[in-house]
Amino acid sequence: MTRRTPRPAARDLERYAGLFASRTSVMKSSAMRDLMALTERPDVISLAGGMPDTSTFPAESFASIMVKVAVDNCAAALQYGPTEGLGIAKDVIAQVMEAEGTLVDPDDVLVTTGGQQVIDLVCRTLVDPGDVVVAEAPTYPGAVPCFSVYQADVVQVAMDEDGMRIDELEETLDRLEREGRRPKFIYTIPNFQNPAGVTMSLPRRQRLVEVAKERELLVLEDNPYGLLRYEGEPLPTLYSLDGGEFVIYLGTFSKILSAGIRLGWAVAPNPVLQKMNLGKQAADLCSSSLTQHFVSAYFGEGRWEPYLQSLRELYRRRRDTMLDALAEHFPPEATWTRPQGGLFIWATLPDYLDTTDLLARALTRNVAFVPGRGAFLDGRGAASMRLNFSGVTEDEIREGARRIGEVIAEQVELFGTLTGHRKPEPAAAEPGTVDPELADVLHLPRPGEREARRSDGAR
Amino acid sequence: MSTVAVLKGGRSLERQVSLVSGARVEDALERLGHDVEGIDVGPDLVQRLRVLRPDVCFVALHGRDGEDGTVQELLEILGIPYTGSGVSSCIRCADKVLAKHQMLDAGIPTPPFFAFTETAFKQLGAADALAEIEQRLEFPIVVKPADQGSALGIKVAQDAAAIPAALVAAFSYSAKVLLERHVDGRDLAVSVLDGEALPVVEAVPEQAGLYDFEARYTIGRTHFVCPADLPPQTTARAQELAVQVHELLGCRDVSRVDLLCDGDGALHVLEANVVPGLTETSLLPQAADAAGIGFDELIGRLVERALRRA
Repeated sequence: MTRRTPRPAARDLERYAGLFASRTSVMKSSAMRDLMALTERPDVISLAGGMPDTSTFPAESFASIMVKVAVDNCAAALQYGPTEGLGIAKDVIAQVMEAEGTLVDPDDVLVTTGGQQVIDLVCRTLVDPGDVVVAEAPTYPGAVPCFSVYQADVVQVAMDEDGMRIDELEETLDRLEREGRRPKFIYTIPNFQNPAGVTMSLPRRQRLVEVAKERELLVLEDNPYGLLRYEGEPLPTLYSLDGGEFVIYLGTFSKILSAGIRLGWAVAPNPVLQKMNLGKQAADLCSSSLTQHFVSAYFGEGRWEPYLQSLRELYRRRRDTMLDALAEHFPPEATWTRPQGGLFIWATLPDYLDTTDLLARALTRNVAFVPGRGAFLDGRGAASMRLNFSGVTEDEIREGARRIGEVIAEQVELFGTLTGHRKPEPAAAEPGTVDPELADVLHLPRPGEREARRSDGAR
Repeated sequence: MSTVAVLKGGRSLERQVSLVSGARVEDALERLGHDVEGIDVGPDLVQRLRVLRPDVCFVALHGRDGEDGTVQELLEILGIPYTGSGVSSCIRCADKVLAKHQMLDAGIPTPPFFAFTETAFKQLGAADALAEIEQRLEFPIVVKPADQGSALGIKVAQDAAAIPAALVAAFSYSAKVLLERHVDGRDLAVSVLDGEALPVVEAVPEQAGLYDFEARYTIGRTHFVCPADLPPQTTARAQELAVQVHELLGCRDVSRVDLLCDGDGALHVLEANVVPGLTETSLLPQAADAAGIGFDELIGRLVERALRRA
């Protein structure tokens, strides 16, 4: 029997509560987080994850790279490095960005501890409590705690299948200006957005960059999945369209190589980058020298593109499997996005269903997803869910979708039973308009809006 | 000193809360000098208990399986004494509908309600009776699962249009759901320890609205007043009611009775909990503290009571 060292009262939170900074009051433990903890049970098919599949990375390749690092750069790899990152890592970053058609000077790059650190450093550099950050609706659930810690006032702008609605963005910016509030930055994931799975069109990208320039606002372009495109033509990054004047670019090795090496990067206008560098010094001095050497050695082998291609093929098959499974198992009342890349599909159910409650029922069938509420800061998203296809096998995807579909069908049927005996409430809105209260993901495909929701996805 | 197995975690939706309760209980028992083994309950529970052969089990499980008599039944079979209420009392308290019927029969005030299974709607056309139900209960109506703790799945319907979705949500958690008249009032909790009522705790959410799951377990989201600032006769009445409910439902050693105090000062009993939360923000430890019973003493007394049943 193992014995814990007794820690008298170490768990008594109230003994420390008086010492906590006021901003920690927004770092809340939510009911959803407690539900999400249950999704990690081994018997649960979890479509709730967001993980890349690292199981296909060849172990012998990993071993030989580590040997090479040890033989060639033992002392340096075990040492601190410069805050902005090692030159060898920055050269690789420039190479990766060039693969997406974006040319950068390695001197404009800040190597970070994962892409998440870029979000933190940007908030740390730009956001005072109460400042406005504009984000997409829905937005990356992992960014929400970061915005909260810095006490940002997040304003979310709707998306459709072409990404963030720039007309709505401009209206929002006008309104904020009238209210005397100036947003500090616009946060967007233009490619295969997490969680919505949609991609910003070229005209919208061009307009977004113009808007940023006209209004002298920064844009944080979060691009973790850009190289994971399974179909269609790549679109230029916002950074390349803007020329690095008002766009901060966020990149990461997490989805193209490994999330475990915790390496990402920022490219930003020099004055912003300098402030972020100071913030990083305070946070962690520098990112891991060991993994920067690892990345350099790995890219030096020249096998990264074939590996990336194998990931694309793997994820494309899984995406197709999930799309097929949704078409087969989800009821006709449900709609979902058809991502051209990335890791996620966003499904929206009839608005009388709350996916947080649905998750409780789904867990009894040993299947899980991310309820949509986590992607909004204002309680919207209740009828939506995020489904991940990258970290699960095709069999799990099919079975998971079948089980979720079954639970939804039961709920839809029950709702029908409950309402079938009454006259429906007359709709307040004019036909063809969308009640803003109900439009969680305004203009993402809804029943009747697109004639073939299970089509081949041609837009 | 005794070997105590602390049962915690499990598969219920309140797993995380239970893990926190359990960890605090383990700390307290260690400070009291017991040999402590925390068990995150799973399919190997019976085997582990057979190997460990504890003198007593501390039940720190919340929700399904832990609070509804299931684990208690297993412990009876294994002949291991355990803290808190026995099987039949757990069954009565875990089912809010059963508990409320017993209260009604005994003349204890509880908000009017109707309860149905999913089958009643699917097979017996209960939906046709919704209009009458709504008329009798009057809006707003609270819709909640019959056997789910921690406010999960509880929705307040302001009008008829909101009822079906609220029912669907509640049925996500339970096969039986109750519709209950909403009492606008103050949230009170009276813990009963060894047959005596502890001081009344009032939970005041920072933001107006339902005292929900999140507010319940997050420091700073709710503040607590203990003893609650109530007229003496209201306090006395709340404590009297709590003891009555505790006895009526056959609770043993400890329970927490939740009540509402409406604008006229009238009290309405909502439910009794046989395994009250023991987290930092939980109400039983606060009430005990206000009565001069520290956390360790509270835990120690519960273990002693169980050992006496060995």
